Amino acid sequence: MTNSTKRSIENSKMDNTLPLTRSSTQLSTTLTTTERVALSLTKRLQKEKRFKSIGLFTVFFGFILVVILISDITAKALPAFHQHWVKVDINYKDNWLNIDESSAQNLLANPLAKRMKTANYRKVLKNSVYQMFSPPAGKKLNRKEKRQLFKLFSTNAEFTIKETLIASPDHFNKKVSIWVRLDDDVDSYLKEGFPVGEAGLRISEQQAQWISNLESENRVERRFNISFFTASDSREPELAGIKGALMGTLLTLFVTLLLSFPLGVAGALYLEEFAPKNRWTDLIEININNLAAVPSIVFGLLGLAVIINIFELPRSAPLVGGIVLTLMTLPTIIIASRAAIKAVPPSLREAAFGLGASKMQVTFSHVLPQAMPGIITGAIIGIAQALGETAPLLMIGMVAFIVDVPTSIVDSATVLPVQIFLWADSPERAFLAKTSAAILVLLTLLLVINITATVLRSMFEKK
Amino acid sequence: MNSSLLFIVLLCLTFFSYWFGLKRSLSVAGGSDHKNELTSLPEQFGLLTALVCGLPALITLLIFNSAEQLVIEQLLTTTLPVNIQALSNIDLGLYLNNIHSIASSETTQGLLEGIELQSVNSSHAFTIQEQFKAALALQELNQQSTWLKTGLVLVIAVVSVIVLVRKFSLTFKARQKSETIIRALLLASSAIAILTTMGIIVSVLFESIHFFKSVPPAEFMFGTQWSPQTAMRVDQVAGSGSFGAVPLFAGTMLITFIAMLLAVPVGLMIAIYLSQYASARLRSFAKPMLEVLAGIPTVVYGFFAALTVAPVIRNIGEQFGLSVASESALAAGLVMGTMIIPFVSSLSEDAISAVPNSLKEASLGMGATSSETVVNVLLPAALPGIVGAILLAVSRAIGETMIVVMAAGMAANLTANPLDSVTTVTVQIVTLLTGDQEFDSPKTLAAFALGLMLFVTTLGLNILALKVVRKYREQYD
Repeated sequence: MTNSTKRSIENSKMDNTLPLTRSSTQLSTTLTTTERVALSLTKRLQKEKRFKSIGLFTVFFGFILVVILISDITAKALPAFHQHWVKVDINYKDNWLNIDESSAQNLLANPLAKRMKTANYRKVLKNSVYQMFSPPAGKKLNRKEKRQLFKLFSTNAEFTIKETLIASPDHFNKKVSIWVRLDDDVDSYLKEGFPVGEAGLRISEQQAQWISNLESENRVERRFNISFFTASDSREPELAGIKGALMGTLLTLFVTLLLSFPLGVAGALYLEEFAPKNRWTDLIEININNLAAVPSIVFGLLGLAVIINIFELPRSAPLVGGIVLTLMTLPTIIIASRAAIKAVPPSLREAAFGLGASKMQVTFSHVLPQAMPGIITGAIIGIAQALGETAPLLMIGMVAFIVDVPTSIVDSATVLPVQIFLWADSPERAFLAKTSAAILVLLTLLLVINITATVLRSMFEKK
Repeated sequence: MNSSLLFIVLLCLTFFSYWFGLKRSLSVAGGSDHKNELTSLPEQFGLLTALVCGLPALITLLIFNSAEQLVIEQLLTTTLPVNIQALSNIDLGLYLNNIHSIASSETTQGLLEGIELQSVNSSHAFTIQEQFKAALALQELNQQSTWLKTGLVLVIAVVSVIVLVRKFSLTFKARQKSETIIRALLLASSAIAILTTMGIIVSVLFESIHFFKSVPPAEFMFGTQWSPQTAMRVDQVAGSGSFGAVPLFAGTMLITFIAMLLAVPVGLMIAIYLSQYASARLRSFAKPMLEVLAGIPTVVYGFFAALTVAPVIRNIGEQFGLSVASESALAAGLVMGTMIIPFVSSLSEDAISAVPNSLKEASLGMGATSSETVVNVLLPAALPGIVGAILLAVSRAIGETMIVVMAAGMAANLTANPLDSVTTVTVQIVTLLTGDQEFDSPKTLAAFALGLMLFVTTLGLNILALKVVRKYREQYD
C-alpha cells in the first residue's frame, strides 16, 4: 500500500468529502480494490443511512395509521354519547286528549286510567307546542311553520308525555313542564353547529331561531345518552341503541365458544397424540391449513346452502351464526392448540407412561393441562376473530332490521359488526356518530378479550 | 318435552349414569375395599356408562330433529283436501306456512271454537274451516312427534345403560372400551375440517352447476357485461347476456393491486427494520401496533374507507381538477392495503429470520453494510418466503369483503382508472344474496358461481404459497 493511498484512507475517515474528490482525480488510473472501497464508502454509508431512515419512516407510518384510525373514529363517536333534551309545557287538555270528562256516564263505563292509555297524545304535543311558540299579536302559525315546529321533537316525545300522564294521572287537565328528546337533526345541529338553511341540511332558519330561543330560556339540556346502551335498533337515530346487537353478539359467541373449543381441542389432540402418520392424517392437515385461509364469505355461502337450506335451521338466528363462525374459527383453534400440545416436553409423557398410565390418561391428565395456556390463548384469538366477523353473517340473514332484543339462540338477531354495517349505510347524519360509537364499543370488547387472554395465560403459567 | 329441555334431561341422565356405573362396578367387586380386584378403575366404569348413556341418545335426538319437520310436512299434506294437494310446490309451501302460523298462534281450544264459529255456509268460511282443521291436525302431529321423540330418546338412554351394566364383571375391560369411544370422538372432531371443506365444495359446486345450466360458463368467464338485476324476470330480453363476470374480476384485481402497492413495500420495510435495526424498546411498541392493525375488524376499516378516506381522496382529486368517484377504487384499495400491512410484515419477518445467521454474518464480515446485507443476501435468500407471504396476502385481499362492500361501488365498470368506481366479486356475492331471494333464479345462483371462482382462486394461491415456502425451507433446514 502506497503512502498516498494510506493517507487518502485516513483522510476519508476524518473528512468525508474533500480529500476524496481530490484523491480520486489524482489516482483515478491506478486504483486498488482497497482504494475503491474507501472511495465508495461515503456513498455507501449514505445509502445505509437512507435505507435505515426509510425503514424507520415505515414503522412510524404504521403508528400514524393506527393513531389516525382510532382518533378519527373516537372523534366521530363522541357526540353519540350525549343527547339533547328539551323542556316543553304540555297541556293535558281533555278535548286534546280526546277524553271527554263531561259525559259522566261514559267515564263510568270507561275509567280514566284506561282511557289515558288510548288517548291522542300527538294532538296534545302538537297543540301544546303551537301554544308555546305562538307568535305575538294575533298572528297565527301557518301550516309550514307548524310542520317544522313539530319536526323539532323526536317521534318518541309523545310516548314520553303519555308515560308521564299514566305515571301521575293528576296532571290531567293541567299544564306541566316535561323533558322530551329533540329530533336527531336538531340534536346534530346543536352538537355540530353546521350552517342552517343550506340545501341538503335539514334545519331551516326558522327552526334555528326557535332552537336558539329555547336555549336562551334554558329549556335545552345535554344529557348522557343512556338509551344508546339500553335500547335496540330503531329507524330514528335519537332512539337507536346497541342492546339488541350486543345480546345477539353474546349469544352468537356463546354458541361459537361452546362448539369450537371442545371440537378444536379434540381435533388437535387427535392429530398430535393419536393420529397415525398416513395419507388420511396428511389430508386432514392440509385441509385445516387451507381452511384457515379460505375467505370468510365462503363460509357464509356454506351456511346459506347447507345449514339453512338443507338442515332448515332458522334464518338470522344466533345458532346458525354460531355454527358458521365455529366452522370458520375451528382451523385457527386447532392450529394454535396443536402448537401448544407440541410444546409439551416428551419427558412428561414418558414419565407418565413409565408409571403405567394409558395413552388416554397421559393425554388428558398430563399433556392437556400443560398445553392449556396455549390452547386458551388460541381459542381467545379465534373468538376475537369471530367477534369482528361480518361477511358470513350477512349471508345467513343476520342483516335484518330487528327491534326486539333476542333472548334465545333461535330468535332473530343481529350482531354488533352487522349493526355497524347497517348504520354506516343509513343516510341520517346522526347515525354517523352512532356507528362510530358502536365501533368504539366493539373495539373495547376486543380489547377486553385480548387482555383476558393475556391475564389467563400468565395465570396458568405461574402455576 | 321440547328439544332443549330433552337435551338438559339427557345431560342430567348422563351425569347420573356416571355415578350409577361407578356404584355398580363397586358392588360387582363387592364393596370399595375390593375395588382392586376390578381390571379397570371404578371411575372408568362410570365414564363408560355415561358415554353409553349419552351418545346414542344424543345422536338419535339429532337425527330425529333433522328429519322431524320433513316427515310431519309429508303426513300433513296427505290429510289435506285433494284440491290443495294438487297445488304447485310453491303454492303448497305457502299454504303450509299459513297453517304453521295458525297452529303456533292459536291454542287447541281456540282452534276448536274457530271451527265451530265458521260453520256458516260460505265458501270463505269453508276455506278458513279447512285451514283450522289442518292446523289442528298439525298440532296433533307435532304433539305426537314430541312424545315419540321424548320416549325414544329416554328409552334408548336407559336401555343402553341397563344392557351395559348387566355385562359388568371383574374382568370387564371398561378402560379399553371407553378409550376406544373417546378416540373415535377425537377422530370425528378432527374430521370436521374435512366435512367443512367437502360441504363448501359440494354446496358451491352444486349451485354453480345449476347456474351454468342457464348461463354458459364461457359467457360467465369472458363476458364483459354484468347486470344481474335485469335478468330477474325471465320474459325480459335484457336478461340474456348480462352475466359476464370480467368487470368483477378486473375490479377485484384493480383493488387488490392498489392494496398490494401499499402493503408490500411498507410491510416489507417494517419487517426489515424491526428484524435488523430496531431496538428492543421500539419493537416492544411496534409489535402491539401491528397487532392492533391486524386485530381491527374489517367492518371498521370499511367504515373508515367509506366515510373518511374516500372524501379526502375526492377533495384532493378535485383540487387537481380530477373527477373522482365518491366510491373510488383507490380509497378501498388503500384501506385494504393498510389492513394487510401487518399480515405481510409478520410473514416476511418470519421468512427473513429463517435465513441462517451464518449467511448474514459472512456478508457483514466481508465489510458489507447492513442495508447491503439485507438487499443482497437476506432478501434473495428469503425471497421464496416473501413471495409466499405476498401470495397469501393477495389471496386475503381477493377474499376480503366488508371493506369493498362499504367503500367500493356496485356498478360493474370495466376500467383501470383507480379514481373510478369498480365492483368486486365479493361485493356482488353480498349484493346478490342479501336482497330478496328466490333460490332458483340465476341471480341468486350467480352468487354461488362467483363463490366457486373465489374459492378456487384463493385455494390455488394458498397451495402455491405453501409450496413455495416449503420448497425454500428444505434448502436450509
